[in-house]
Amino acid sequence: MPFWWWLQKRVYFNFILRELTCVFVGVFAVLTLLQIQALANGPDAYAEFINRLRTPGLILFNSVGLAALLLHAVTWFKAVPTTITVRFRETRVPDHVIAGLHYVGWMVVSAVVAWFLWPS
Amino acid sequence: MAETIKLTVSRYRPEEESEPTFQTYDVPYNKEWVILDALNYVKDQLDGTLTFRWSCRMGVCGSCGMMVNGTPTLTCAVPLSDYVSSEPIRIEPLQFFPIIRDLVVDMNSFLGKLSSVKPWIIRDDEKPPVEGEYRQTPAELDVYKQFSMCINCMLCYSACPVVGLEPEFTGPAAIALAQRYNLDSRDQGAAERMAVLNEHEGMWGCTFVGECTNVCPKNVDPAGAIQLYKMASATDWFKSVLLPWGSKK
Ligand code: SF4
Ligand code: FES
Repeated sequence: MPFWWWLQKRVYFNFILRELTCVFVGVFAVLTLLQIQALANGPDAYAEFINRLRTPGLILFNSVGLAALLLHAVTWFKAVPTTITVRFRETRVPDHVIAGLHYVGWMVVSAVVAWFLWPS
Repeated sequence: MAETIKLTVSRYRPEEESEPTFQTYDVPYNKEWVILDALNYVKDQLDGTLTFRWSCRMGVCGSCGMMVNGTPTLTCAVPLSDYVSSEPIRIEPLQFFPIIRDLVVDMNSFLGKLSSVKPWIIRDDEKPPVEGEYRQTPAELDVYKQFSMCINCMLCYSACPVVGLEPEFTGPAAIALAQRYNLDSRDQGAAERMAVLNEHEGMWGCTFVGECTNVCPKNVDPAGAIQLYKMASATDWFKSVLLPWGSKK
């Protein structure tokens, strides 16, 4: 297999993209933990953290990160119904229902996190 | 409308050449034909030395799989007309398998992998035939039916980059077949199969590229079967760690 095998087909390339974008999921998780820590350290520490986030470099970094994270989430949720088969009254729950429930869960968790961390 | 169509076919005659080469043939363009018909025209009318496998011509025997324009394809199931705009049509043997001659590949590694997952009904205690068959409801059949439709065409192996990178990987069809028996209400061999497949070259070799499912001509969804298997294995592991009585075996 040549090193560039993942450029041979779009499906392979999409797969590599899905796998690599998981790095940004990790970066965002660390960032959120730091934000929670700043929140726990009091209003001044939190304000300082938010100000740092507003610097152009971090805005750019986070914008790229957000795009990668969205791509990861959407491609992952597309794949999820394949990994989970739920049967209800002897029929298989359709894929879009399983994917839809994941989106709902994502929105609910995001709303809760935003409620805590959104700077007032 | 084109009257002829060009096929560029991979040739490999081990007694004559050390590497496969390409040979181009002009065949009549017939809208009713599938790719296999065009190859049979070459074999019957132009060049009797061209070697390839086929049998049923109706998508059942699984022997006519080849790479068509770089994609693993069941050549008796795709019309020639689908490719008329991408002439010449490139036909090669299934990739990631050793080539024996022309379009014929060596299936031995695949057959070994298939039998390694014990694809038959395993019972703890076999009852004597006089006691009758093991019965099953339509709903129980429905749970595994999709995974039982496999015709062993090996397209999924040729589509899978992991098979190319790690030839030891058990691969899509064999794991899907193991899952077919695990989900069968008459079977009691899941733990035995898990011992074989819970290895790096078993189900965990799969990185979920998903192309196996895309190329499968029978909608078996081998990628789905493998992910379900991983879920079952992970659940088993959690149960065995968290609950002293949780492990099945
Ligand atoms: S799972 Fe599909 S592609 Fe793979 S061998 Fe079976 S029928 Fe062919
Ligand atoms: S010839 Fe049997 S599947 Fe194509």
